[in-house]
Amino acid sequence: MEYEVVIGLEIHSQLQTQSKIFSYSSAAFGGDPNSKVDPVCLGLPGVLPVLNKQVVNYAMRMGLATNCKIAPLSIFARKNYFYPDSPKGYQISQFEEPICEHGYLDIETENGKKRIGITRIHLEEDAGKSVHSETFVAANETLIDVNRCGTPLIEIVSEPDMRSPQEAYAFLTQIRQIVQYLEICDGNMEEGSLRCDANISIRPKGQTELGVKTELKNMNSFRGVEKALEYEISRQITCAKNGEQILQQTLLWDADKNVAIPMRSKEFSHDYRYFPDPDLTPVMISDDWIKKIENSLPELPKARQNRFVESYKLPPYDAEVLTDQKPLADYFEKVVKTSGDAKQASNWVMGEVMRYLKEGDSDINNFKVSPENLGLLIKSVSEGAVNAKTAKVVLSEAVETGKSPEAIITEKNLVQISDTSELSEQVKKVLADNPNEVEKFLGGKEQVIGFLVGQVMRATRGQANPKVVNDILREELVKLK
Amino acid sequence: MNFKNVRLKLENKETSFENLVKQYLDKIEKGVQLNAFIFVDKEAALIKAAEIDKKLENGTAGKLAGLVLAVKDNMAIKDSQVTCGSKILENFVSPYNATAIEKLLAEDALIIGKTNMDEFAMGSSNENSYFGPVKNPVDNSRVPGGSSGGSCTAVAAEMAMAALGSDTGGSIRQPASFCGVVGLKPTYGRVSRYGLVAFASSFDQIGPITNTVYDAAILLEVIAGHDKRDSTSAPVTVPKFSKALDGNIKGLKIGLPKEYFSEGLDSEIRESIENTIKILEENGAEILEVSLPNTEYGIAAYYILTTAEASSNLSRYDGARYGYRAENVESLEDMYVRSRSEGFGNEVKRRIMLGTYVLSSGYYDAYYRKGQQVRTLIKNDFEEAFKQCDCLITPTTPSTAFKMDEKTDDPLAMYLSDVYTVSVNLAGLPGMSLPCGFDSNNLPIGVQIIGKQFDEEMILRVGDFLEKNLALKTTG
Repeated sequence: MEYEVVIGLEIHSQLQTQSKIFSYSSAAFGGDPNSKVDPVCLGLPGVLPVLNKQVVNYAMRMGLATNCKIAPLSIFARKNYFYPDSPKGYQISQFEEPICEHGYLDIETENGKKRIGITRIHLEEDAGKSVHSETFVAANETLIDVNRCGTPLIEIVSEPDMRSPQEAYAFLTQIRQIVQYLEICDGNMEEGSLRCDANISIRPKGQTELGVKTELKNMNSFRGVEKALEYEISRQITCAKNGEQILQQTLLWDADKNVAIPMRSKEFSHDYRYFPDPDLTPVMISDDWIKKIENSLPELPKARQNRFVESYKLPPYDAEVLTDQKPLADYFEKVVKTSGDAKQASNWVMGEVMRYLKEGDSDINNFKVSPENLGLLIKSVSEGAVNAKTAKVVLSEAVETGKSPEAIITEKNLVQISDTSELSEQVKKVLADNPNEVEKFLGGKEQVIGFLVGQVMRATRGQANPKVVNDILREELVKLK
Repeated sequence: MNFKNVRLKLENKETSFENLVKQYLDKIEKGVQLNAFIFVDKEAALIKAAEIDKKLENGTAGKLAGLVLAVKDNMAIKDSQVTCGSKILENFVSPYNATAIEKLLAEDALIIGKTNMDEFAMGSSNENSYFGPVKNPVDNSRVPGGSSGGSCTAVAAEMAMAALGSDTGGSIRQPASFCGVVGLKPTYGRVSRYGLVAFASSFDQIGPITNTVYDAAILLEVIAGHDKRDSTSAPVTVPKFSKALDGNIKGLKIGLPKEYFSEGLDSEIRESIENTIKILEENGAEILEVSLPNTEYGIAAYYILTTAEASSNLSRYDGARYGYRAENVESLEDMYVRSRSEGFGNEVKRRIMLGTYVLSSGYYDAYYRKGQQVRTLIKNDFEEAFKQCDCLITPTTPSTAFKMDEKTDDPLAMYLSDVYTVSVNLAGLPGMSLPCGFDSNNLPIGVQIIGKQFDEEMILRVGDFLEKNLALKTTG
């Protein structure tokens, strides 16, 4: 029997606001444990939450960028459960009336464009962290770090519209791309600022009724999501083929062992007893507010891609690669600005720069050569100040040492020699040293000129402008005829 | 002693504030068997009193200089304990001030101590305190009411000039009535709840307990106002409440909700309230009967909604970060179960269980949602009634102070002692209880005045008029 896979994703994205969602301490990542705290996020007796308005702005940005309807009134609810890193014994979230609903995103698949529905986007606060596996923690102890408590989150819930791990991957990476473009989240899965849970079920092809779903958690990378989904799908299909029942359960992905391990049923059979949080008033959003956010939305990936094709005359593929991640696209555009040459900028960024990033397993934010400096290097090539081959060597050294290409060129005296009188000397010398080749050329073997150019280049340690050398050589050879 | 007179005496240098504070400390010491206070810092009070004397002398004293204030022990005072009458917070020290406390301190009120209360403000008799019951100062064999029983006892027994209480379903007004003092619950949102340890967040309000209506007005003036730390505090202007006490009640329309005068009301209380109404009528107020038809559902809705909120509000007391933690626990779950089982008293546990139940999946619609619907109906009842009148007059309680242990085994009977006060909290309205007579046992009787939303001025004006015209004497 052939099976159809049904996947829905729940994606948590940490919002990069200055302060926490309901209190004043810093929402920045990291810091000493328990250093980013205040009475409110600690849940001390008597404190009250007050909503950070920027969080609403960010959620609206995401909602508008994913074609959602923004609710004129949404409500915060309490999700009640006990856990030591949840200081109030409940998480403030949204339940019955979320801030955004009924959106969608179009993803690219093998069979073309496909629309994935977004059920809702809601606001909530993050929990702290329990620390028990570190070396400094005794075996029977757990330490709590509450720095992350109250970090604002949006949870994006998709419709079960995805039919393969590849589609899920495409959806997830597009979400990352959008949050980065909106500058509301850095989209880093490894650090947990973007997190993804998946609901998966299978059903015989043609059946409309949904099968029993399992929930996959703890996938800490984009490829991990794809891998975990592949694993779980084949597990479910094997179950079905063996006539075993698929149990509704939650599984934790173990990236080291490449397996998904079921959680004990006790750990997820919560009754969260949601109810409206009486400490917070409903979030009221006017049409004017929505318009204001709409007008402030930055250019989104698709639009930027189209602009790259039109105004920089790039092939669509290049435009797609360059706009995939906002920081790279920003970098590219700065290179264009200083170099004045979009085609060359694209060649250098997609070729050299991306190769270095891949080799160093690094990203553009940590790339040692600033876009301005790369732009200047490209400009030097097109102006003939350095030749292309030298420029590549210069870039390699700049990447390695962090020095500016300009400094390297000066330091190593790599400026291209285009001075005709200096080069004439060298040419004459080469001609005198190679009478056989000169004779061959004069006898009609024109290709010998390549060899002669090479000799001049070698004599100038590669600094000669090959075009100028060529011109002078021809001039001198004509004289010998 | 009331604050208004004390301040005059201090300004006329008839006594020093330090002297006065000594007298209060003396009263507290002598009345220790009443168990009104959980915590008194004598030395700090005397130091503070001397400071305030200096300020009075050099003319820099705040509006409340000369006020000796007791504070219910569910409000945060920086570097001071906040027990909420519970073992689970016995050793908790707050690192911050409640907004109301901040405002009072800024006006030079002197906080003499923290008062006893029903654990987490859950109770109507002050018998639910981990620190032992409070006795009614009028008759020590009786309860002072609750949950602000310590605060009302402190004021009635002259251990403080005034006190702060909190009122979720009558916790200021009912004990004020039992102890023979003035107790005002402001409109929900009038006073910031920041720093008031939550029992039921959509009901709780801080309010003054005083000897006179005037003092209540002055205190409310100071503690009221919008607070950006409390999203539910209302951005409305705070009137000069003390200026509203002009004695003018002519032409006021005063409504008597007929449901509050039906069976179950003690006949002596009925008589006393009727006498009170007569005085208003004789002085030019128009008395009319109104109806609040959904009153009978008030208690049920109240106990569903407040316990639901409480079950969640009290989740933070889990032994993990602060407060009581059971010893020698075997697992995380064991820590939760034992810390909470050992740290909470029976009434608190009963309400947490009730609240957990009504929010549970499958029961939410039948209880919590239904409760909210009833709440809306009760609000609408008041809105309709207030189309016809300026304020309402009712008894505060169906009976006067009852005997200790009389109702401890019958929670339902205990809950019914709030029957005249809970609707005001369900509707978020202001209400005030003030003494209007005594029964044949010389126990104080309270009359409740209920106002429109944010119209504390009206109930203060009517209350002040009654206070001046009732000429209260004990019958004995």
